[in-house]
Amino acid sequence: MALRWVSEFRNGRVAQRLIERIAEIADRECTLMEVCGTHTMAIARFGIRQMLPNSVRLISGPGCPVCVTAQSDIDRFIAIGQVDGVVLATFGDMVKVPGSQFSLRDARTHGIDVRVVYSPFEAVELARQMPDREVVFMAIGFETTAPGIALSIIQAENERLRNFFIYPANKLVPPAMKALLSFDDVRIDGFLCPGHVSTIIGMRPYEPIATDYGKPCVIAGFEPLDILQAVLMLLVQIRSGQAKVENQYRRAVRPEGNEAARRLIDEVFEPQAVEWRGLGIIEESGLKLRRKYEHFDARLTFDVQVPQTKEHPACQCGEILRGAALPTDCKLFATACTPDHPIGPCMVSSEGACAAYYRYREVSLS
Amino acid sequence: MQELIKSLFLPAFANELLSPLSDSAVGEFDGCKIAITTDAFVVSPIEFPGGDIGKLSICGTVNDLSVAGARPIWLCASFIVEEGLQMDTLERIVNSMHRAAYEAGVKIVAGDTKVVSRGNCDKLFIVTSGIGLVQADLSAKRISVGDAVLVSGYIGDHGIAVMSKREGLGFETEVESDCAPLWSLVEALLNGCKTLRCLKDPTRGGLATALHELAEAANVCIEIDEDAIPIRPPVMTACELLGIDPLYVANEGKLVAVVSADEAEVALNIMRSHALGRHASIIGRVIAEPKGQLVLRTAIGSRRLVEPFSGEQLPRIC
Repeated sequence: MALRWVSEFRNGRVAQRLIERIAEIADRECTLMEVCGTHTMAIARFGIRQMLPNSVRLISGPGCPVCVTAQSDIDRFIAIGQVDGVVLATFGDMVKVPGSQFSLRDARTHGIDVRVVYSPFEAVELARQMPDREVVFMAIGFETTAPGIALSIIQAENERLRNFFIYPANKLVPPAMKALLSFDDVRIDGFLCPGHVSTIIGMRPYEPIATDYGKPCVIAGFEPLDILQAVLMLLVQIRSGQAKVENQYRRAVRPEGNEAARRLIDEVFEPQAVEWRGLGIIEESGLKLRRKYEHFDARLTFDVQVPQTKEHPACQCGEILRGAALPTDCKLFATACTPDHPIGPCMVSSEGACAAYYRYREVSLS
Repeated sequence: MQELIKSLFLPAFANELLSPLSDSAVGEFDGCKIAITTDAFVVSPIEFPGGDIGKLSICGTVNDLSVAGARPIWLCASFIVEEGLQMDTLERIVNSMHRAAYEAGVKIVAGDTKVVSRGNCDKLFIVTSGIGLVQADLSAKRISVGDAVLVSGYIGDHGIAVMSKREGLGFETEVESDCAPLWSLVEALLNGCKTLRCLKDPTRGGLATALHELAEAANVCIEIDEDAIPIRPPVMTACELLGIDPLYVANEGKLVAVVSADEAEVALNIMRSHALGRHASIIGRVIAEPKGQLVLRTAIGSRRLVEPFSGEQLPRIC
């Protein structure tokens, strides 16, 4: 990645022009949802909310993979770790998320072997290095992590590696966006669609959201100018009463997406109904292993007792994940729940809305 | 770790020299004003682009003394060596320590060595302690509203150099650690700047944490301009790829200086004419409110609080 892809998209003068243009056309109250956790972080880090007119409200959506992972999945994954010989492998963001009894980090003190990996291939490598142990990888993330995970499964299958498993918890973004529009407590006038996910799925999966639900969709990049331009594009659509799918992030997202990556996903996985934290069960919104690869599914291999799922009664991660509450609405925010002592996953993850609001609190311009 | 210090060590050992928890303890003994400090080094890998654990162990302690306004004179060094560490690796590291000590003008006057069995430490740990003679009264308490804030060069080089070599992060960059002894730069500032209020080395936790600590200690607000902070393009790129904020990435050869506004240019020129301060920049100012906070004016003109570092920085997952 060349630097100009960063600095050019942080140009203060161009940002000012976009902000002026947004202020000119923002003639009504509207609520835009940034679906992706990386957008949430970027919006907070660059103080973008502050630069927008009061009538334009940005709310965070369910686009943080750690945050939307159901508590029951975390508990079951930890329970699998208690089986003799099992090594748990997970992305680092997952380690501090509180389970019903304890987090993966604390699981280490209970004798559970937890390894942090940066890619599923490292988990495959662990399995190769430890033939007498069973390595279980927590497969979380959206359409972005799924192709790599699919490839790791194919690799393990080709090598006949029988001590590598995944805990399938991957999720799909467009079904969740549709589900959000069915909640009564959430008003969304347009979506900032996730740039990374769109590099894989392209523009087409958002079409029903624009045509059937009448909600404008703009695929956006992650730099301040990307986000401001995408907000402007959404406002132009809203003002003119249009609802279509547009692509602001053309330098990364092809309209058709990445077909090779989608083929990998399709080879290994098929859609199924899964539970999302805060959103409940959504049809066809998760990925399970196809029958051909079922022997990699840790849930089918390890029969474990999972304790009753417990979430903190005051934690509002659920409402926050569907945009019905802001992190600052939660009583626990920045008091009982902080990045050092997180109670809900949104405060843990580097893409969580609460972590973003906590880390990058805005101050007045004067 | 901060909690451990505040809940366990501080109550157990509390005294007037320790309690400020500054980089060095500064006290007077028999009319002689001395600074003393100690630091343990456990960096992994032990050799990285631009330095190694040995050079780091000298620079870290020398710099903690230097930013207290003290000329470092004597150092002690203790080695905890894991059985099986290659002799030529140890030799390289010891030679590197020697060079760094020579460059810093300090002598290693005492030491200790322990060898532990395999698995009981990770290759090599080094603990260094140092004594310096205080040349100037520098303290965050002297900071006042209106002062200027400078940094002596590019931030984030050390952290990115180490991360690029760390196991599990197959990430190659051309960035080298900035690891360097800062006393000669500090001495130039002390000699040429009448209103130098205080200095700080932005090590673990990076520039953000160092400036936050100053703002808290002085009960003022420090406001910095994102555009003015020097960051090398490859460091910026690496941070973007890893999803981390360069403001929190460690430095081992940089200092932050607070001076009166009318001497900001003088301080800047002194830094820029020194080899270790060529890319120095005036990055911000001291304002009244909000007290105890660090505020960033972003490139697009917004303002937000910058929190001190907490927890670990982990790469993003998607």
